[in-house]
Amino acid sequence: MMTFLTHLINGISLGSVYAIIALGYTMVYGIAKMLNFAHGDVIMVGAYVCFFAVSSYHLPPILGVLIAMALCTMLGIVIERLAYKPLRQAASLAVLITAIGVSYFLQNGAQLLWGSNNKMFPAIIPGEGISLFGGQLRITAATLVTILACIVIMLALTWFTGNTRMGKAMRAVSEDKGAAQLMGINVNTTISVTFAIGSALAAIAGVLYMSSYPILVPTTGSMPGIKAFTAAVFGGIGSIPGALLGGVLLGVIEIFAGAYISTQLANAIVFLVLIIVLLVKPTGLLGRKINEKV
Amino acid sequence: MNKLKSMDRSVRRNFLTYAIVIAAYIVLQSLSSARGFSPTLRGQLVPICAYVVMALSLNLTVGILGELSLGHAGFMSVGAFSGAVAAAALQNAVPSPGLRLAIALIIGAVFAGIVGTVISVPVLRLNGDYLAIVTLAFGQIIKSLVENLYIGVDSSGLHMSFLKPSIALAQGGRMILNGPMGIPNINKISTFLAGFILIMLTLIAIFNLVRSRAGRAIMALRDNRIAAESVGINVTKYKMMAFVTSAALAGAAGALFALGQNTIVASKFDFNTSILILVFVVLGGLGNMLGSIIAAAALTILPEALRGFADYRMLIYAIVLILVMLGTNSPQLKALFQKLLPGKHGEEV
Repeated sequence: MMTFLTHLINGISLGSVYAIIALGYTMVYGIAKMLNFAHGDVIMVGAYVCFFAVSSYHLPPILGVLIAMALCTMLGIVIERLAYKPLRQAASLAVLITAIGVSYFLQNGAQLLWGSNNKMFPAIIPGEGISLFGGQLRITAATLVTILACIVIMLALTWFTGNTRMGKAMRAVSEDKGAAQLMGINVNTTISVTFAIGSALAAIAGVLYMSSYPILVPTTGSMPGIKAFTAAVFGGIGSIPGALLGGVLLGVIEIFAGAYISTQLANAIVFLVLIIVLLVKPTGLLGRKINEKV
Repeated sequence: MNKLKSMDRSVRRNFLTYAIVIAAYIVLQSLSSARGFSPTLRGQLVPICAYVVMALSLNLTVGILGELSLGHAGFMSVGAFSGAVAAAALQNAVPSPGLRLAIALIIGAVFAGIVGTVISVPVLRLNGDYLAIVTLAFGQIIKSLVENLYIGVDSSGLHMSFLKPSIALAQGGRMILNGPMGIPNINKISTFLAGFILIMLTLIAIFNLVRSRAGRAIMALRDNRIAAESVGINVTKYKMMAFVTSAALAGAAGALFALGQNTIVASKFDFNTSILILVFVVLGGLGNMLGSIIAAAALTILPEALRGFADYRMLIYAIVLILVMLGTNSPQLKALFQKLLPGKHGEEV
């Protein structure tokens, strides 16, 4: 029972990281209707920035995270302006390939700047964590912080999209770009803000991911990127609660499959569950069903 | 000459494609035998052929059928491993390398075709991005499964084991496929000639499919599924036809690729490889077979040609990719090009 609970908590923790990354995918998809494949590599950049801030400049971890967020936000806006904005009217496949180009660029740029050797990410979340049931169930501080961060981010985003001017503009643009523009919403600014928020979240996710899987290389971001993208689709792409649900479920399934079925096949099982879910609910768990008009 | 002019434009374009491929083969083959190539470039000839066939087959799914596939490397993997295992098992039974290669390619195509058929049942029920993510998922699943497959051969035939590396083999038996270690010591029997023949066969298969009744049905589905359905086109049948053909061709390409390498491992055929091939297709132009061939060949050579830049080569590759996409798709840049090149508009189909 205790091992089951331990796996469950680890799964939720991993899933929280996926959920934070998936938010970036799902918001960008909802507004710009594009799959931003470079999102996973923004995670990697965030992790590197925090790594150097903490281990080379001996800054306090919280400052490291803030610097990583600031730099990733700028990076996200620059990428959007230079690579994606000129293609606003182009076919979605062209944008997809450009995003892949950006992803290659970030990975290889990171390799040039920081080398391809492994870096051990320091344990930046201090504290012993807590013990429950007389020490039978131990939850590390990193796990707790990850889950808390995910909850806080979800609540903040829900409030932001529901109550602020910019949040309402975002929802309007994702509903109908043309109509939003007619109502006086600046679509370009809205899209830039979406990228900025997504990238800032990616930086946080990068640091949290590194607290559980501390080996940092230039391709670190690609696997969590793919998983989070899967999680976003799993929950219904474009839906913010869907990203949370999809991410957490994906993390729990991955940990359980690894623990109870087979470590080598954990990834295969995650993707198999995804396929089955999409067969039953073709637009994801919380996705809206879109009826095709003739 | 008059006969050539009276032909349909697409037929002319098909013949042009055949002619260019044949000419390229003759030039490269004579250069290669005259030692005009560095050894690394000569070693690239077979992989280039394999990637060209991969790009052509993916273009059938993405360009002609109009569905985005992000797991094409999975079919390449199935073809590569089944073909290489077959070639290794038949090493003594079929002494002629040419015949063994042909058998391996067919086995690779058949296995990939079977996997494609199985996958197409769930995949083709979905649309758009959801279909794309399921192909991605299948690519990952195939990679995980192959990584845990162990195959050995002895006098009584092939022995297979899943997840467990230990196989009891009779005296004189040997392991062929070692799970995550892949297949070591492959007898390299793929040749540039075989690659050329495979490209020609792929072109013939795709052009004939596209120009048939079935091909027109497939393109009708791409252009407007609901309209096509309403005039009585069987959606599942024609989608499946394109998807499975594409998978089988990718399997043959995988077998060709594997038998030109010293070792193959399952992680070679991952998401990045699927994406790489998609890049060839989109850069070459959706539905444009000649474009796929040129893009696949050029982008396979590009990293080699940039070797002088050492560390910067992949960075340059990425920048070239982004600039080409921006240059060919951005309306502002397109307008600029049209101003610079008067009289050259409206020829894109």
